[in-house]
Amino acid sequence: MVESVTRRSTDRQDQKFPMATPVKVYGPPMSTAVSRVLACLLEKDVQFQLIPVNMFKGEHKSPDFLKIQPFGQVPAFQDESTSLFESRSICRYLCEKYAEKGNTGLYGTNPLAKASIDQWLEAEGQSFNPPSSVLVFQLAFAPRMKIKQDQAVINENEQKLAKVLEVYEKRLGESRFLAGDEFSLADLSHLPNTHYLVNASDRGELFTFKKNVGRWWGEISSRDSWKKVVEMQKQTT
Amino acid sequence: MVVKVYGPAYASPKRVLVCLIEKEVEFETVPVDLLKGEHKDPEYLKLQPFGTIPVTQDGEYTLYESRAILRYYAEKYKSQGTDLLGKTVEERGLVENWLEVEAQSYHPPIYTLTIQILFSSKLGFPRDENLIKESEEKLAKVLDIYEERLSKSKYLGGDFFSLADLSHLPFTQYLVDQMGKEYMIRSRKHVSAWWDDISSRPSWQKVLQLYPAPSKN
Repeated sequence: MVESVTRRSTDRQDQKFPMATPVKVYGPPMSTAVSRVLACLLEKDVQFQLIPVNMFKGEHKSPDFLKIQPFGQVPAFQDESTSLFESRSICRYLCEKYAEKGNTGLYGTNPLAKASIDQWLEAEGQSFNPPSSVLVFQLAFAPRMKIKQDQAVINENEQKLAKVLEVYEKRLGESRFLAGDEFSLADLSHLPNTHYLVNASDRGELFTFKKNVGRWWGEISSRDSWKKVVEMQKQTT
Repeated sequence: MVVKVYGPAYASPKRVLVCLIEKEVEFETVPVDLLKGEHKDPEYLKLQPFGTIPVTQDGEYTLYESRAILRYYAEKYKSQGTDLLGKTVEERGLVENWLEVEAQSYHPPIYTLTIQILFSSKLGFPRDENLIKESEEKLAKVLDIYEERLSKSKYLGGDFFSLADLSHLPFTQYLVDQMGKEYMIRSRKHVSAWWDDISSRPSWQKVLQLYPAPSKN
């Protein structure tokens, strides 16, 4: 029961880059971390095969899966003999390995640009992700899973996220995207959680009511790559 | 121009210090007193708008988030000092994988333990014993996975010391020293050997000697 989703590269790219084995991504598109990797693959125009992992049946905790992801989380990833996990490291790997494919500026084209992207990727991972992923679970997933919401936890994390977004509001008033003038991995990394909060919860205004953050969200979420990921999420619900 | 590193007394900036020593890069330090709230001063927030440490200044160029700083200097000085990234894209991929593990799975519980056990009374709030117990259990589960990994691989990212191992040094030092939880490391054979190896590196010993941690709660 292996689903294959391969993205065709254009004819011109076929001449420059002969067809390689598609990379493998394990996990459901609705997972925020899996969708982070899918967005990157689509930006980089890298062919991939998406292998489903049924988390409701606990497949991510099976001995076979734990061999490729010992923490029992999605995604897992394979590129021929290279096996990796942790979505942000998979994204970095894709940008380095396939530097000349697709969006070549996604991880910067010089060391200072790359450092700025890493800075904002770390800000996403360390400051944005913790409160926003708690809110995604509480507001978008708990109701579907018939798990009782914890209002105190929601309030605490909403406050934390609001503080982080104040910093973003200031930054995005000075800079079109987080790390500079171009869309980068740093912005991409924010797509999954923000998408759920804006579209599947009643706290979207945390983003949309802020002038600069709202503008930025509108821009990054309308990229073709993200639209395709959202489509994939819809198809598998 | 010598790179300046802010907040050397504390753990996260120490990641940067040990990296710079491994890469044989000269640096200066600028103290930041967290207990006096210096990290929330308007002047500091101009450098680091999230109000956390470290931040580095390299001439006109400012960079924050310790792991971003690690990557920048490890790459910039790739041809000198210790290679902390690996020689191929694939080797680097594994280093990045385990550096993200540290950031996403190891750091949150050990940071909570640090704040609760070492800083709660200084910061003026009571210890949350339930949170401490929970965090220790989470950290133990991560260390079990490390035990398995390190039984097959000399270092986390492969057969060479890398950013992935280095990133663990500062908070793990708090764990075994000030927090009195050395048993968490010693009860795991391969984690124990790995800890001895990485913490005895001259670069780390120099950091501990030059920049002692703030005194206990």
